[in-house]
Amino acid sequence: MHDVNIDHERQMGMEGFHPALVRGPVGINLNSLGEADMFGSEPKITARGVNFYYGSKRALNNINIAFAARRVTAIIGPSGCGKSTFIRLLNRMHELVPGSRFEGEILLDGLDILSPACDAADLRKRVGMVFQKPNPFPKTVFENISYGLEVNGMTDKRAIEEKVVDSLRKAALWGEVKDRLKDSALGLSGGQQQRLCIARCLAVSPEVILFDEPCASLDPISTGKIEELILELKKEYTIVIVTHNMQQAARVSDRTAFFLMGDLIEEGRTEQIFKAPRDRRTEDYITGRFG
Amino acid sequence: MQRHFDEELNHLKGQLARLAAMAQEAITVAVEALKNRDAAAAQRVIDSDVGMDSLELVIDDKCLDLIALHQPMAGDLRFITTAIKLNAELERIGDLAVDVAQRALELAGKPELKPLVDIPRLAEIAKRMTGDAVKAFLEGDTALAKKVILSDSEADELKRAVEKELVYDYMVKDGSTADRAVPLLLAARHLERVCDHAVSMAEDIIYMVSAVVVRHHPEELK
Repeated sequence: MHDVNIDHERQMGMEGFHPALVRGPVGINLNSLGEADMFGSEPKITARGVNFYYGSKRALNNINIAFAARRVTAIIGPSGCGKSTFIRLLNRMHELVPGSRFEGEILLDGLDILSPACDAADLRKRVGMVFQKPNPFPKTVFENISYGLEVNGMTDKRAIEEKVVDSLRKAALWGEVKDRLKDSALGLSGGQQQRLCIARCLAVSPEVILFDEPCASLDPISTGKIEELILELKKEYTIVIVTHNMQQAARVSDRTAFFLMGDLIEEGRTEQIFKAPRDRRTEDYITGRFG
Repeated sequence: MQRHFDEELNHLKGQLARLAAMAQEAITVAVEALKNRDAAAAQRVIDSDVGMDSLELVIDDKCLDLIALHQPMAGDLRFITTAIKLNAELERIGDLAVDVAQRALELAGKPELKPLVDIPRLAEIAKRMTGDAVKAFLEGDTALAKKVILSDSEADELKRAVEKELVYDYMVKDGSTADRAVPLLLAARHLERVCDHAVSMAEDIIYMVSAVVVRHHPEELK
């Protein structure tokens, strides 16, 4: 989706200026801006009319949302709002839940990932996931990354080594583990384990990375490292992050979506959501008035 | 749901209301001093400024504490950033009252140039605009804030009338009146500046309540 205001802002060298001083070429007032702009890029993922059921219980109600390529979108909302259910649909993790079913479509570059024609294993190479609790394999640091490459048919040892090093560098972990590649991954700290899981995810060259509360079990220093990493990774990858930490959503994301009781209440630029949400329920949630 | 944070915000509101009351009182006394060429009253206003300065620092510190400890978002964030701005505007209004008091000191002991009519009227407008702006803040009343912004032209016109009278009816006709006319001219300017600060407050309040930027965008007021 093209956004005249943002392009105009860039052309005029006015990025970062107060929105009220920046007018679109056709006089559109940025005060009223807030519709889904994709920062000049095509949406990487588009969900249309998505409903999801655990047995008879409906967990998602008619979700329509697009995720911009190489941007970070944060999904926030109270426990049980459907945010984790939704993010898991994006790489078909829902199939692991017996008795669940869905309606609607989710397009990844136009491909309907929920259709039976789409292979789940192939999809998960394109859409990686990092979980709340670091879950390294009980193997060495090196093997944690090489394993996925070998499973995917890579046999050239030198190429595997290069990929392992490259992935660890991208995950900002190389400096800390380069002398510990043959040590057990379980001996790493929680923050290092989480970055190892990110490296493992990066090794198979995904296009999208899903983070489901990646810092929930980490201390502030490790959290800071993961957040810096997310900001670095968005240069190459499309990122969707579920978080309970509003400040984290504000720090790392370009767009924020607020879910409540299975509904997508509001989605917009992160600055707009945290400065001036349009919906009263969003305001109540992010200011802690909920309940 | 009532939050503990709301109590903190209410306390902040109370402190700003107190600062506003002090600033309004300072204007009242300063203009009385000007009218009566009363050096003692003028000195009281000058001395009282330290109290406003102290309260400004307390409010500033409180706002920073609330940001640091609560990481406010959305309406809370707009409220606190507006409070920071209002705090600075009110302190500046206090300084302008001191400026008027200093003009009163300059005139004290000199013969009266003319009975003051328009300057006290301008002072009333300035106090009303300041009071309305603070009331709009306390009650989140954008209609009242808008009224403050629109009444600025009334103050501008009155200031121009005062200037015209002092320049053409006094200074041009009799140069020896200048040492008494100039302080009055400056006092009118100080009071008109108070109105400008009230307008700034009102613009910030509209943003606080509705997230619409009207500063530098008068068309948004329509």
